[in-house]
Amino acid sequence: MLHETPSQTAGPYVHIGLMPRQAGFEMFGHDFGNVMVTEASQGERIRIEGRVFDATGHACRDVLVEIWQANAAGHYDHPADRQGRQADPAFHGWGRAGTDFETGLYWFETVKPGAVQGRNGRTMAPHVSVWLAARGMNIGLQTRIYFADEAVANAADPVLGLVEQAVRRETLVARREERDGRAVYVFDIHLQGDRETVFLDI
Amino acid sequence: MPADIEFHQRNRAIHPPAYTPDYKTSVLRSPRLPLLSLETTLSELTGPRFGHHHIGPHDNDLVTNFRHGGEAVGERTIVHGRVVDENGRGVANTLVEVWQANASGRYRHRNDTYIGAIDPNFGGCGRVLTDADGNYVFRTIKPGAYPYRNHLNSWRPAHMHFSLFGSGFAQRLITQMYFEGDPLIPADSILNTIPDPAARKRLVAALDMDGSVPLDALAYRWDIVLRGGRSTVFENKLQGN
Repeated sequence: MLHETPSQTAGPYVHIGLMPRQAGFEMFGHDFGNVMVTEASQGERIRIEGRVFDATGHACRDVLVEIWQANAAGHYDHPADRQGRQADPAFHGWGRAGTDFETGLYWFETVKPGAVQGRNGRTMAPHVSVWLAARGMNIGLQTRIYFADEAVANAADPVLGLVEQAVRRETLVARREERDGRAVYVFDIHLQGDRETVFLDI
Repeated sequence: MPADIEFHQRNRAIHPPAYTPDYKTSVLRSPRLPLLSLETTLSELTGPRFGHHHIGPHDNDLVTNFRHGGEAVGERTIVHGRVVDENGRGVANTLVEVWQANASGRYRHRNDTYIGAIDPNFGGCGRVLTDADGNYVFRTIKPGAYPYRNHLNSWRPAHMHFSLFGSGFAQRLITQMYFEGDPLIPADSILNTIPDPAARKRLVAALDMDGSVPLDALAYRWDIVLRGGRSTVFENKLQGN
C-alpha cells in the first residue's frame, strides 16, 4: 500500500486559492461559497454560524470551514449513497466559508439534513460534517454538527454515544436560535482549552 | 452500512502532529485531547463532486489566468503529476486547487504586507480537474522564497499550496509542494513539523527535464496520494446485513 501524502498547514493565505474574493480580488467566474441553497432546494432553510476560538478564547479570523451534509431526505449527492432516498437536483450538500477577517464569524445558508443510516443498520441523527484548515493547523480538523432540537435522535446517535463525558458531547451540538422567524444554529468551535471541541479521526 | 467500501484508517504517524512548538502558531491552535476514532460511515465515504461546469478551461494556467495587459514575471514552470489513492489507483475527475506567492515571494492577499512587489499580471491561484487516469497539470511562475515571523529570520522555501478532495470527505487534504534543490528546505519550520524525513521528502517535486518545454518552461513532477478504500463485503456477510 502507498503512503498518503503528508498534510501541511493551509497557511494564512488560504483564501487566495479557495476564496479569492475574500483575499481581495476577482479571479474565477465561479467561486465556491457558503450559500448552498437556491429557491428550488427542498427542505427547511437554516443558517449555521459560529466562530473558531484558539486556546486564549480569541476568535480566529483566517480559518477555512467546509461542510458536507445530506439533503432534507437524508440522501447524499454521491453514487456511494444507495439508501434509495430522494435526491434533490437543487441541493448538493457542500459549502465553503472563511471566518470573517473582522468578526471571526463563519456562516452557511443551507437546509436541515435528514437522518442518515449509519453502520450496522443504526440510524445517525441529523448532522453536518465539518472540516477546518488554517494557519497553525498542521492537519485539517474533522468534527460534526448535531442539532439541539433533535434531542431524541441525538440520544440514540451511535457517534455521540461514543463520547463518554456529557460536557464533551455538548461540544458537537449546535444551539438553536430563532431570528426573523428562521432557524439559526450556532456552532462555536474551540480548538483547545476547557471547552475543546471533540475532533474526529475518521 | 449501506455501502461496500470504507477508507483505510489514516496513518497519523506520517502526518505532522497538531502541536509543533517550533512552528509557533500551532501552539494555541492545536487540540490537546485525543481525537475520537470512528469507523467510516456514509458521511465520510461520500463527498462533493465537481465538474467542468464549475471551472474555466484556463483556470490551471497561472501564467495567463490573471493577465492584465501583460504576462506574469518570473520562471515559467510546469508542475504536473498524478493523483492516486493508497491502492495505487488514479483518482479521476477530482478537483485540485493551488495557490502560491509570485516570483517576488509576495501573495496577492489583503493581509500580506511583505515588501516584495505585487505582479499586476499574476493572481497566484489555479484549479483543475484530474483526467480519467488521475493526471493534473498547471503552468505557473516558480514562487519566490519569503520571510515570515516565526523566528525573526525564518524564510519559507519556494512552495505551492495544494488542496485535494478525492471522492469522500474523509480524503480531504491540504498540503504544500516544494521544489527539488531548494537550499531553504532543510531549515523550514513548517516542513519540519512532519517528523519522518522520508515523509518530508515526498513533498518535494522532482525536476523533470522530459516534461519541460524547450526554450519555454522547466517542469517539476509531483505525485499525490490520497487515502484509499477497502471492501467491507466480508464484514457485512459476517454481520448478516
